[in-house]
Amino acid sequence: MKKPLNSAPQPPRWATRLLHGFCPSYLVEEMEGDLDELFRQRIELIGVRKARIRYIRDVLSLVRPSLMKQKPAEFDASPPFFLGTTMIRNYFKIAFRNLLKNKVYSFINIAGLATGMAVAMLIGLWIWDELSFDSYHKNHDRLAYVMGTQTYNGETGTYHSIVVPLENELRTNYPSDFKRLSLLWMSTNILAVGDKKLAQSGTWAQPDFPEMLSLTMLKGSREAFRDPSSVLLSESVATSLFGNEDPINKVIRVDNKTNMKIVGVYEDLPHNTTFHDVRFLLPWHNTANWWNTQTSAWRNHGCSLVVQVSDQSDFDQLSAKIKDIVLPHIKEIEYISLHPMEQWHLYSEFKNGKVAGGRIQFVWLFGIIGAFVLLLACINFMNLSTARSEKRAKEVGIRKAIGSLYGQLIGQFLSESVLVAFIALVFSIALVWGSLSFFNHLADKAITIPWTTPSFWFLTIGFTLFTGFVSGSYPAFYLSSFKPVKVLKGTMRAGRFASLPRKVLVVIQFTVSISLIIGTIIVFRQIQHAKNRPVGYSRDGLITVAMNTPELNAHYNELRNELIESGGAVEMTESNSPPTQIWSNNSGFQWKGKDPTTDPLFGTIAVTHDFGKTVGWKIVAGRDFSRDFPSDSGSFILNESAVKLAGITNPVGKIMRWNGRDHVVTGVVKDMVMDSPFKPTVPTIFLMDYGWLNMIIVRTNPALSTRDALAKIEPVFKKFNPGSPFEYKFSDDEYARKFSDEERVGNLATLFAILAIFISCLGLFGLASFVAEQRTKEIGVRKVLGATVFNVWGLLSRDFVMLVIISCLIAGPLAWYFMNGWLQQYEYRSKISWWIFAVSGAGALLITLLTVSYQAIRAALTNPVKSLRSE
Amino acid sequence: MKGTYLGEFEEVVLLSVAIRSGDAYGAAVTTEIEQQMGRSVNLGAVHSALHRLEEKSLLTSRLGGVTQERGGRRKRLYTVTVAGRRALEEIRQLRNQMWDAIPTTAWT
Repeated sequence: MKKPLNSAPQPPRWATRLLHGFCPSYLVEEMEGDLDELFRQRIELIGVRKARIRYIRDVLSLVRPSLMKQKPAEFDASPPFFLGTTMIRNYFKIAFRNLLKNKVYSFINIAGLATGMAVAMLIGLWIWDELSFDSYHKNHDRLAYVMGTQTYNGETGTYHSIVVPLENELRTNYPSDFKRLSLLWMSTNILAVGDKKLAQSGTWAQPDFPEMLSLTMLKGSREAFRDPSSVLLSESVATSLFGNEDPINKVIRVDNKTNMKIVGVYEDLPHNTTFHDVRFLLPWHNTANWWNTQTSAWRNHGCSLVVQVSDQSDFDQLSAKIKDIVLPHIKEIEYISLHPMEQWHLYSEFKNGKVAGGRIQFVWLFGIIGAFVLLLACINFMNLSTARSEKRAKEVGIRKAIGSLYGQLIGQFLSESVLVAFIALVFSIALVWGSLSFFNHLADKAITIPWTTPSFWFLTIGFTLFTGFVSGSYPAFYLSSFKPVKVLKGTMRAGRFASLPRKVLVVIQFTVSISLIIGTIIVFRQIQHAKNRPVGYSRDGLITVAMNTPELNAHYNELRNELIESGGAVEMTESNSPPTQIWSNNSGFQWKGKDPTTDPLFGTIAVTHDFGKTVGWKIVAGRDFSRDFPSDSGSFILNESAVKLAGITNPVGKIMRWNGRDHVVTGVVKDMVMDSPFKPTVPTIFLMDYGWLNMIIVRTNPALSTRDALAKIEPVFKKFNPGSPFEYKFSDDEYARKFSDEERVGNLATLFAILAIFISCLGLFGLASFVAEQRTKEIGVRKVLGATVFNVWGLLSRDFVMLVIISCLIAGPLAWYFMNGWLQQYEYRSKISWWIFAVSGAGALLITLLTVSYQAIRAALTNPVKSLRSE
Repeated sequence: MKGTYLGEFEEVVLLSVAIRSGDAYGAAVTTEIEQQMGRSVNLGAVHSALHRLEEKSLLTSRLGGVTQERGGRRKRLYTVTVAGRRALEEIRQLRNQMWDAIPTTAWT
């Protein structure tokens, strides 16, 4: 405050200060005014000294409660609260203005982030679906398969295919450990009600099974299933058989053999349960269940046993307890263990009798990919924000000069990135919503967006905030650390190393993208490699029909003759497994020169005379089975692998002994890939046996289209098997299905690789346009001095090409390491050749050049007059 | 009871506001009372009374504009309300009534 020149007497300063101390702020101005006025008047009336004393007395008299109350403020005079809403509103306003002003950058940022978030969200939903597998069942943490572990040919296998008497053994000897048990035999059966016939997969199960799975009954009860002639239907089967009618107590005919009574309808099991394709339950203790006759067969494996352990039991302890229980009953060695339901889906692979991973690998793999794709999008955001920092440096300078604190500026830039993240979230949810059906198809899932689940929103929003903070953190700290004086004076120059972090981020982006491209190529090469493998027989036009009714079992010759006469088929045979699978493996073969210490396991396929002609195998030694030699009944034909495993030289005419009978080897066939195309051919023995047949294999007439051929075949089957619908499978489809897991991984990896490249290129495009803009003047000067368009293009592209080359050098070994590990799981695998790396690198380089060139050429073509005059 | 009873000092303050009508603020009211009654009054007492009278809605106030005097500080200007005027009149009437009731013999 200015001091009057004539140094007029002043009231005592301490009293004024006292007034400011106690007086509420809304009154202080008025009071001070009054005090001051009275003081001036009194100087003239009673003199300075007395006026001062009166002044003090007045001040003291103002110290009274009635005048010290805070009045509800008529105007807000409180100091601004840190990050108060006014300021936040300002931040968002500025953020919006920035977004609108730089439309290209905003588009790149939001599109990139939205894509990244959509990928992360899809993968998140997928992982959630995988992790929640089987959790539909209330007792899912108490259920387990009983597993048997056996060793053959030096290979240990663990399967949930066990012997029937095991159930009674566990039930009677360990009543306190097992609450409920149920044997299962999953099969495809024909259900008929009146004229309606339906072939569906279901299972034979013991009475406790509905209770164990906690099936949700829509009609009837779980208890009613105790009746050995009762069935439970799933809702979908009940609807397709009965429509809106009530199916309870109706009679249903199973496999055209047995009549059963429907006692309940349960809600369809969701897609993410192991038993989701069990569409009905048939009663175990029914005479139609063949396995129910095997109650003392200790060596006949084939059905499964699910147990519900008691609440206090521990799976590991229980496994140890029951490990040896079948040993007293058999000569071989078989150990028993439990495989908890919670591990069925994700940890389904066994090594030496121990759980050794499974799909959990994919959960990890895709989780990592999802995180990386999101990281790429975040890197874009960081790169573009820091690159544009010089443009916003002035804003930062002015804010700081006006009084913004470091923390407030960080808050501003973080709120900006959070805003962008939320805009991206809206787009990404739309993207996920739009692409979910495609994704479900690709991943073989039935995922829906859990709109109504609070935890979904909680996670989504938390994860968006996280993305916003991560992508905004670097620019926020970088921008807010500018020195205001330098910025405002215009001496702010990003140093030589300012762009270094940006370059590192670009290298990371391209390393991830190139690794994904290499990985994708290797996955597809492996699939192609296995597909191109010579299979040794012809699958085209081969169809298989399951023999699930007694009518088909007789009349082999009549059926074959009529099929060929119909013109729809050229050949027909029967065997015990379809040509694309080997259902039966056996040991116990004896031959001359066999090493007595080993007991090798052979795939055993029972066939008829016409098998070779139907599938088209190639005889390499000896001869095919023939009706001209009545002694062929019971003969063997070996494949090359079987000959090698047995170690027999010149096997034709040799005798092998099995199940107490001598079998003559009449021939050797070329190896056929009937099992996994990724594994070496199974040593297989083809055995002529008309008493052990399950499948009818028909080769359709190649002169006709498949449709016409089937139309001719169908009436023949209808005639011989009137009780069942004509259900068939194409062998080439079945064979193609063996690749489905690999193809699924390949397709998903392709999708992610494309998205990763897309996001990286978006970022690169933004950076290139920024660099071109920043160097407008330089380019102008260069052009004036005689630089050609090509020179300028080279100048702008060189930096980016260098970065991509560095990424290639990092990505190559990285991808090689991981993909080599992946390939190790396949015994029949392709080689990783150098050209894969060359092609991926060249591809990435090409895409980079295309992206950068657009901006570079545009910059090179601008008229230098314009760019030089632009100030 | 609040709103009906007027203390002696309050009455004096209210009268002063009426006298200075149009320019009645803390310091002016204080000077007025001092001049009229010839005794010194504390500013705090005056302000406290003004606040109380405003609470009883016998006075209203508004913040005046910024002027050159008082170093640019604003004044709070008080006006007597209708209720304030009626309160003063009632007191005066009561006094007159009581005066009239005094027998003439009382003074002798």
